[in-house]
Amino acid sequence: MTTHDVRHHLAGLSPELCARVSDHFDDVMIEVPSENVLQTARELLEIGFDRLGMVTAVDRGDEFEMVYRITSRSLSCSAFVKARVSRVEPSVASLVPVWPAANWQEREVWDLFGIDFTGHPDMRRILLPEEWPGWPLRKDYDDPNVIRRPDYI
Amino acid sequence: MAIVDNIGTALSGSGGSVILTSVDKLVGWSRGQSLWAFPMGTACCAMELIAASFNKFDFDRLGTFPRPDPRHTDVMILAGTITEKMKPAVKLLYDQMPEPKWVVAMGNCTVSGGIFYYDTYSVVRGADTFLPVDVYIAGCPPRPESLQDGIIQLRELVKEESIAPGKRHERKMVLPREGAADGDVQ
Repeated sequence: MTTHDVRHHLAGLSPELCARVSDHFDDVMIEVPSENVLQTARELLEIGFDRLGMVTAVDRGDEFEMVYRITSRSLSCSAFVKARVSRVEPSVASLVPVWPAANWQEREVWDLFGIDFTGHPDMRRILLPEEWPGWPLRKDYDDPNVIRRPDYI
Repeated sequence: MAIVDNIGTALSGSGGSVILTSVDKLVGWSRGQSLWAFPMGTACCAMELIAASFNKFDFDRLGTFPRPDPRHTDVMILAGTITEKMKPAVKLLYDQMPEPKWVVAMGNCTVSGGIFYYDTYSVVRGADTFLPVDVYIAGCPPRPESLQDGIIQLRELVKEESIAPGKRHERKMVLPREGAADGDVQ
């Protein structure tokens, strides 16, 4: 199976699982409705994407974008999975049941963006102290203890 | 300078094999010659701290070598950025060290927060906000020679310590610098 075949296979899936499939350099870019991330992940594991390399999020202003990077050793192929999450009480299904490597990565996203992962076995902060207020990587985060760099430096 | 600093010269001179000195001088001198270090390496300065211990720089010739257990050590060398998350762990390890104990802040991050002083939410701005630091070593990171120089300077402080309970050299906890928390420099 080549990258082309992978893309073709994914394009054949229902639009609920794969809203859009495109190329991103040598990778496949898959956009998924956020409520179906878990089912899509199961489907991707089924066809051979057995390794989750990275989980992160992007603050797009009006909503968040979850980004997963997955690779397949058997297909020699890698893919990005993206899902848009609402900014109001952001929540998305945890992928720990599919790829256990998501555990700490999703905790980090929770820690810095405040996106809740439903079904995560251990949802608590990982890099910051437990009682930390706010979500530092959000664009609207404001910490009164931060000293702003003056212009002349 | 106490006579114990030049014990070889003193013994080779005319006289005999007897040296008169005070117990405080002798204890202070011997403490200064064997400052065992707890390497609190939290970031990249730890690389220089490790380099200082190995054969090219050979920290052991100054009597200083790293011990992994705070209960064995006299001086805590803070090497690296201290984050808010790490702060309670550093404090806990410091509290486990037996008295008398000293603290060396190695590198700009532990001295003041360094490059993380501005625009950072997660870094402690200087170890002296929660530990009594004795020696500050600037640099990003400091060379191993700077660290060794810091230890040699620390010896002078160690020699001042008295073993008499009433005469203990009280090291005051340095309070957080004024305005460090709310001093918006804009």
